[in-house]
Amino acid sequence: MARVVVIGAGILGLATAYNLAKRGVRDVLVVDRTYLCGGASGRNGGGVRAQFSSEINIRLMRESIAICRDFATEMKINVWFRQGGYLFLTRTAARARELEENVALQNRCGLPTRMVDAAEMRKIVPELATEGVRAASFNPGDGVVFPWPFVWGYARAATDLGVTIKPFTEVVGFETRNGRITGVRLRPTRLSPLDASDEVLPAGDAFTEECNEVVICAGAWSPKVAELLGVALPNKPHRHEICATEPLKPWLGPLVADLTDGLYFSQSMRGEIVGGVAVDPVPEGINQQSSRRFLTTYARALVGAVPTMAGVRVLRQWAGCYDLTPDGGPIVGRVPDPSNLTLACGFMGHGFMMAPVMGRLLAEHVDTGETSDLFARWSLDRFARGDLVHENMIIG
Amino acid sequence: MTAKAMLCRCEDVTLDEVMEALEAGHRDIESVKRYTGFGTGWCQGKQCVVACARILAKATGRAPELPITPRPPLHPVALGVLASLGDAEEG
Repeated sequence: MARVVVIGAGILGLATAYNLAKRGVRDVLVVDRTYLCGGASGRNGGGVRAQFSSEINIRLMRESIAICRDFATEMKINVWFRQGGYLFLTRTAARARELEENVALQNRCGLPTRMVDAAEMRKIVPELATEGVRAASFNPGDGVVFPWPFVWGYARAATDLGVTIKPFTEVVGFETRNGRITGVRLRPTRLSPLDASDEVLPAGDAFTEECNEVVICAGAWSPKVAELLGVALPNKPHRHEICATEPLKPWLGPLVADLTDGLYFSQSMRGEIVGGVAVDPVPEGINQQSSRRFLTTYARALVGAVPTMAGVRVLRQWAGCYDLTPDGGPIVGRVPDPSNLTLACGFMGHGFMMAPVMGRLLAEHVDTGETSDLFARWSLDRFARGDLVHENMIIG
Repeated sequence: MTAKAMLCRCEDVTLDEVMEALEAGHRDIESVKRYTGFGTGWCQGKQCVVACARILAKATGRAPELPITPRPPLHPVALGVLASLGDAEEG
C-alpha cells in the first residue's frame, strides 16, 4: 500500500515525491503513462526566470532559481545551468507600459531587473536587430537549464530515498469510499507506433494500488485523470513547438523573448540555439506532432531578430503541450471531494521552472494537510467564485 | 566492442554509457535516448540508432523496437532557407 500516489512523473511529480521522501514520508509511488521526459518536462525550452507580472510568481521563482543554483551539488548531476539573464522585448506601446510596471514590481520584490535602451540591448546581444523594439527589460539572474538531467536528478534522488517510480503505467480508474480515494487502478502500457500521438497501448492487466493520498501533476493530461474522479478541470492543452540548431561557439548571453510575437531563443550549454514562436491556431487537444508551419514562422521571426542566424542550420524540432487555465494561474491544492486529492497543474508553460519550489510546497501540503494563502489563491474553486488571478508575462 | 566504443559520434555517447542506462533500469529506446543523449546531434540518430536498438534488444530479449520518433527536418536546413519558404498547411 502506498501512502501517496503521485500521478505524473514529470518534473513536478518527481520534485514532490523527492521532497515528500526527504520529509520522511515512506511509500511514495510515482506513475507515468509513458517514459520519463515523455511529456512537457522533456520537451520545454529550459528557461528559468523570475521576470513575471505577479508578486506570487516573482517571489516563487526567486526561490526556484536559488534551488537551481544548488541543484548540481545537492543532486550530484550536471544540469547545465547557466545564468545569462532574460532579455524581454516588446514592439507595442501598451506592452511597453506593462513591462515598466512589471520591472517596478520586480524591483520591490528585490530583483535587479532594469529597463534597457537600444544601445544597451546591443551591448547585451550585439547581433540583435533593435529597430521597432519599443522597450526591453533585463534580469541578469534569470537563466537556462538542460531539462533532461534535471528530471533524472530528481528521479535518482527520489529513488535513493525509497520512492518507487513506475513509468509505462497508466491510471485507468479510482476506487473511492465515503468521499475519499482508497485505491488507484493502474495498467501497464507500451508506446503506440508513433509516440507523438496521444496513445498508449495496454501491456498487461490492470491492478489496484491502495493509497492514503493522491496528487495529480499530469500537466496537460491532468483534466483526463481528474475526470475519472468526477472532478472537472477548466485546463486546455495547447501545443507549442521548439527547434534546435547546430551547435555554435558561445555568443548569446541571455534568453531573448519578444512578447509581441512570442519568439524566444537562447543558447544551451551544448551550443545549440533553442527557441520557439507563437503559432496560431494549433490543433485542438493533446498533440505532440511537429509542423512545418512552425519552422517557417520561427525562421522568419528569428532571422528578423538576428540576421546573422540565416546561415545556421536547424537540426531538429519537437512539440509539447502547455497546460493552460482560463486566467493564466495554476490550479494547486486540495479539493473538497474527494478529500484526499491534491491538484497541481495548469502551469501555463512555466511549470518546469516552478517545480523546484512547488515540489517543496506541495510535499509540505500533502504531508501536513495544512493549507496556505498561496494554495487558497490558486485553488480550483476560484473559477466558481470568480476570484481570478492575473499574469501577463507568458511567452507564446 | 570495447566499453569505450563510440556509439553516437555526434554526442560522444559510448557503449558503457548505454550499458549504464540499462543498469539504471531503462528498457525502452526513448528513455535511453533521453538518459544518454544519443541521436540528438548532427546526424539525428542516422548512425547510432540501429546500434542502440540492437543492444537494447539483446539486453531485454525482446524484438528490436521501432526507431526513436524521427524529428524533422530530415537533414539540417539553414534558417534563411526556411524563412524564405511559404507557410505550409498543418503537418
